[in-house]
Order: sequence, then C-alpha cells, then structure tokens
Amino acid sequence: MGERLIVSKIRDGTVIDHIKAGRALEVLKILGISGKEGNIVAVVMNVSSKKLGRKDIVKVEGVELGKEQVDLIALIAPDATINIIRDYDVAEKYRVKVPEKISGLLRCVNPNCITNQPREPIETSFRVVNVSPLKLKCEYCGVVITEELLEKLVEEIA
Amino acid sequence: MWRGKDVLSITEFSKQDLRVLFDEAERYLRIIEEGEITEDLKGRILATAFFEPSTRTKLSFQSAMLRLGGKVIDLPPAMASSIAKGENLADTIRMLDAYADIIVIRHKVEGAARFAAKISNSPIINGGDGTRDHPTQAMIDLFTIKRELRKIENLSVGVLGDLKYGRAARSFILGIAKYNPQLYLISPEILKVREDVIDLLEEMNIKYEEVTDLKEVLSELDVLYVTRIQRERFPDPMEYERVKGSYKIDEKTLSGAKDNLIILHPLPRVDELDFSIDKTSHARYFQQAAYGVPVRMAILKLVLSGE
Repeated sequence: MGERLIVSKIRDGTVIDHIKAGRALEVLKILGISGKEGNIVAVVMNVSSKKLGRKDIVKVEGVELGKEQVDLIALIAPDATINIIRDYDVAEKYRVKVPEKISGLLRCVNPNCITNQPREPIETSFRVVNVSPLKLKCEYCGVVITEELLEKLVEEIA
Repeated sequence: MWRGKDVLSITEFSKQDLRVLFDEAERYLRIIEEGEITEDLKGRILATAFFEPSTRTKLSFQSAMLRLGGKVIDLPPAMASSIAKGENLADTIRMLDAYADIIVIRHKVEGAARFAAKISNSPIINGGDGTRDHPTQAMIDLFTIKRELRKIENLSVGVLGDLKYGRAARSFILGIAKYNPQLYLISPEILKVREDVIDLLEEMNIKYEEVTDLKEVLSELDVLYVTRIQRERFPDPMEYERVKGSYKIDEKTLSGAKDNLIILHPLPRVDELDFSIDKTSHARYFQQAAYGVPVRMAILKLVLSGE
C-alpha cells in the first residue's frame, strides 16, 4: 500500500493507536511526554487506517501508561485504543474512555474564575457533562467548554 | 439535609430541603413578629467576609445571627480591599475558619465560595459570587412567593432585566424552576440568559420563553421578578438609551396585569421600579427584603444545628 510502517515493534511499553490524524503531538502533551524522559518514543502521523481513513500512532517504549492517564487522551482522540505490550505481545488492549473529571490539566477560559486568580493554591477541575459532542463544565465557575474550545486549550498545554 | 452543608448554589438544594427551610423561617418570622427571644445559636460565631459591597445581605445575616443569640465578627473592609487587590484568599479563609463556626463570603470572583468551602472546615455560605450564584437570595425570593401567594408550584413567572450577568436573577430562575413554572425570561437581546441556564432548564423540562418585551406576556404573570439593567453592561451607550425605557416599570406599564400579580425585586433598585408602584398591592419587594432576616436565621440554624 505504499505506506509501510517504518517503526519497528516495541518490546515492552504502550502503543496508542487510532489517534485522530494530526493529533499525535497533542496526545504526547496530554501525557506529559516531552522526549526528555529518555524513553524511546515513536510518533507516526497520517498513515492510512481502515477505521479512520487516516490516523496517528504513538509508541512509548518501557512505560506502561496508566488508565487514568491515557483516558485524558479521549478529550481529543475519542477513538484511540491503548495496547500494553509485554515481550512483544499485546498484554492488554482497551479503548480510551472520557473521564468523569479532569483536574489540573486545562485552564478555565473564564478570566473571572477563581482558578485564574494568582497566588491561590488551586487547580482547575472540570466535570464532563456530555460525551458526544464533548462538553466540560468548570466545577468552580460553571463555564462550559465545548469541543472547539477544548482543542485550543489542549494546544496550550505546555 | 442541612447540617454542616455549605450553601453554595441553589441548584444543590432539593424541594424537600427548601420545605424544611421555609418551615423554620416561618417559625422565626413568628418569633420576630411577636417580639420573642431565641437563643438557638447561643455561643456560636458567624464571620462575614464581604469582598464586594453589600448592605442587605451582610446586615441581614448579622441581624439573623444576633437574633439567634450568636455573635458576629466581620472582616474589616480595609482588609477585604487589600485582599481584593491580590492578597491570598485561601489564607484569609483559613484564619476565619479558625475564628468562627460559620462564614458568609461575597466575592467578585466566580467560584470563590466553592474554593473557600474546600479550604474551610466551618460551613461556607455564598453571599454572592461574580455573576453566578446568590443562593440565599433565591431562598428568600421563593419564601416570599410562598408566603405572599400561598403557593409556589405551577405559577406563571416573569423574570425581567439583566439575565446574563445578574446573579440574583440567575439564582432565582434556577430556584423557581424546581416548582414547575411557566417561565418568561424578559430581557434585551444582549442580556439574555446564558447557555448553561438554558441547558439546565431543558434538562429539568421547564416550559420557558425568551422575550424582549414585557407587554407580550404581562397579562399571563402571577409573579414578576424585576432586576436592574446596568448601563456598564452595554458596549454601546446608545443601545442602553434605546432599551432602558422598555425595562422601567410604572403604574401605566402594569395596566393589563392580573390583580393578584406580585412584583419582587432583590434590591437595590435604581429607576427600574417607579415609586408609584410601591403603594400598589403588586409591590412585595419590601416584604421580600424583610423576610431576609427570618430566612437567614433559618439557614444559619439549620446548617449549624439542624438535621
């Protein structure tokens, strides 16, 4: 098919498959993977997929990502599947699920929200009020974050 | 279930909670009217921390606590203003938590009361935060309707004014929505209720209609809840000048209203309610303000030593 995967299999670690095309770098941001950790990380973007047409794949060698951590990926890649690899075999496989609550990851868009006040010991907290389309609500100020806004907020994650 | 509960948003109280509150408020109203003395909260201390100006809310909470035989401490306005300038709210709340049994807070920042509640062991009462919640005002509003109309279910209710930024209006809408009203949300286009309120109304299956002109719906109403439209909300002053007349209510405006229509207003009013209304049987906003004390007595009592 002209698009042969050039990234070889990993021995132990996590493969995140079926990421919406073009979102792999944001997935890494959400997971807090910068590359400086020293693990082997493979990012494959815009390859063909029977399910999605085009998709991205991320492979992280030597780390089994926890469910709580990977579920955050569902915010921008709701179809992503997680494969935990042990000794070249898929030991566990599951689809990400939008978490009920997202703490500390995203900033609130309301400048008058308590979470945006300087010098307060507080982290943001959003409740997922709708899954499709995705809608989050700030636990403090009640502001509703729609899918569109969410993309921008994810881009902002340092 | 009231005991130890933070009072942060009207949406967190069930009809059963409110029924308990109204019964207790009735009892305190009688005690006040008959000049009796109660010491239900003797030895307890209320702290008021108002980071935004307030007359009615602060004084009525203080009066309520004193009438219950408790004591009151107040965050000095100078300190409140230095905190408003950027000092840390969390530390102030920790201090008040140590000094008092219950804390009423008002703050211009949204979510301040909820944040305070996470920090404090003493219950927090939200005396108004930003443009969102003013739960005790809504409780007073609902109590007023129940007392003045002898019922609260299935009424036709108009809410007029700044529905977008007004926290009293927002809290009232979400409060009355528990009682299956026909709601008319009356405001200029740019001050319509926000989407999150509409979402909640839809979720609760409430019949509501958004209109810009009171005349269209006046004859239907059992209750008209009036709030102020602030000039500062309008990016274009001409737009304000154009609409302000339509949201000013005088005797003439009310021709065509039901005889037993009652008008509420969280006060302070500026010129949205003409003085000529005060003497009509429609005006109930002074009773509403007076009910502030017994309702807040009931809130303090239930949170500190209720079921």
